[in-house]
Amino acid sequence: MLLSGNMQDLLIWNTVLLKPKMFRRLGLPLFSFFFEQLGEIGLLAVRSFRNVFRKPWEKEILVEQLEEIGVRSLPVVSLTAAFGGLVFGLQTYIGFHRYVGPGSEAFGGPIISLGLSKELIPILVGLMVTGRVGSAMAAEIGTMKITEQIDALFSLGADPNRYLVVPRILACLVMLPCLTLYGDIVGIAAGFVYNVLIMGVNRVIYLNNTLLYLELWDVVSGLIKASIFGIIIALIGCWQGMRAEGGAEGVGRATTKTVVIASISILIVNFFLSKALPATL
Amino acid sequence: MMMIRIIDLHKAFGPNKVLQGVNLEIKHGETLVVIGQSGSGKSVLIKHLIGLLKPDKGEIYIDGVEITHLSEEELHKITQKFGLLFQGGALFDSMTVAQNVGFGLTRYTDYSPEKINKIVKESLAKVGLRDVENLMPHELSGGMKKRVGLARAIAYNPEIILYDEPSTGIDPIRADAINDLINIMKREMQVTSVVITHDMVSAYKVADRIAMLYQGKIIEIGTSEEIKRTENPVVRQFIHGEAEGPIENW
Repeated sequence: MLLSGNMQDLLIWNTVLLKPKMFRRLGLPLFSFFFEQLGEIGLLAVRSFRNVFRKPWEKEILVEQLEEIGVRSLPVVSLTAAFGGLVFGLQTYIGFHRYVGPGSEAFGGPIISLGLSKELIPILVGLMVTGRVGSAMAAEIGTMKITEQIDALFSLGADPNRYLVVPRILACLVMLPCLTLYGDIVGIAAGFVYNVLIMGVNRVIYLNNTLLYLELWDVVSGLIKASIFGIIIALIGCWQGMRAEGGAEGVGRATTKTVVIASISILIVNFFLSKALPATL
Repeated sequence: MMMIRIIDLHKAFGPNKVLQGVNLEIKHGETLVVIGQSGSGKSVLIKHLIGLLKPDKGEIYIDGVEITHLSEEELHKITQKFGLLFQGGALFDSMTVAQNVGFGLTRYTDYSPEKINKIVKESLAKVGLRDVENLMPHELSGGMKKRVGLARAIAYNPEIILYDEPSTGIDPIRADAINDLINIMKREMQVTSVVITHDMVSAYKVADRIAMLYQGKIIEIGTSEEIKRTENPVVRQFIHGEAEGPIENW
């Protein structure tokens, strides 16, 4: 008997979704595992957000974290932003030179600044801080977990969430935009150095175009993205650390998972933020 | 008056049923020693007392307050009554010995830094440590870490002290000094103590009563003399440390 197109589709879906035992064995547990993990991190986020407004605040830990996440990330952000700006400047120069013609390279200024401040620098800073700070959070909290230091905190009257998680989230929330703003300056300067100082592009036209077309919102939207990336990095690092178990191997696993999950999340969230945030105000 | 009452406590981790109906009552000022094989759930039991673990079923009363349904905020008021000595010391890696010992004092009291320093020194002296205040935990031996952990647990004069394997990893002389300290805390400050151990020498020295945890239940409870004279083959095998008997070795 011939089936209509819709019926055939239904049959195929029925076969794919319900019949193979392998799918039921692997698919459903994976599905529930995914939502279980999402639920865990959601609960951690809600609890941490609530604790942000509750006293006592762990001011000393917050200052330590601001230094660790912000000040100590400056060298790596400087290098990343400088070489990001240089390579972006290089490709923009080649692009204008090849497709628009010699002399048009000075119009690359606003494109370099826009691309760096809206996309490249927030992402590079997010990925660098994930590697440097997110992994360290997972390792530190994970080690505390397996050596019962988190239990000790609780038994001595300190709420582990307020003591460990909240200061890290706040520090990332504040420091990622600061690092991104600093990265923007370094990256745009590097683009200028490549185009104007190395390739001899007209300095006045390059700067005028940059100042004319680059809007404050371009920089601000990059900073908004960076603060969201900061929350993602701290939440995932702390979450993985808190659920570490099984000795040194477990801590290593938590660290790796933090870097992988946070990096992928940053790239995915960046796309949706780029779509959601208006191009101009 | 009962300081701690545990009623029908159950706890499982996945398919592993660790506690299967524990019932215990510990009087004010009493030292109860809980003995049992490694992995029998002794540490799990004391973690329930301080609210670090929530039971699957059962009730725990601390000084008349049922704690299993308390929020974390309310639970923190109860934890102030407790000092907990962890099996491995659980010292904070990033803090000096003095900061570790003074941590509870900074949380639970509004003492001045000078007073906290004085109490820290006194607490360290009680466990036989001097001039270690500025050392970091990684500079201490295993036994010293344990003693700093004990100093931290007693520093803020808790009403109840939970000792998780206090003599493990310490030389016999130091272990005996810690036994003396447990007895002094009881005698001078009327502290209620729960000691988890499989060191029977230590158990007999500090216990008012000894309870044996086996297969998730308290199978025997009594004074040291009653435990020594028990007819229960499981308890007899354990207290005499015999490989042959009803307790499975592996």
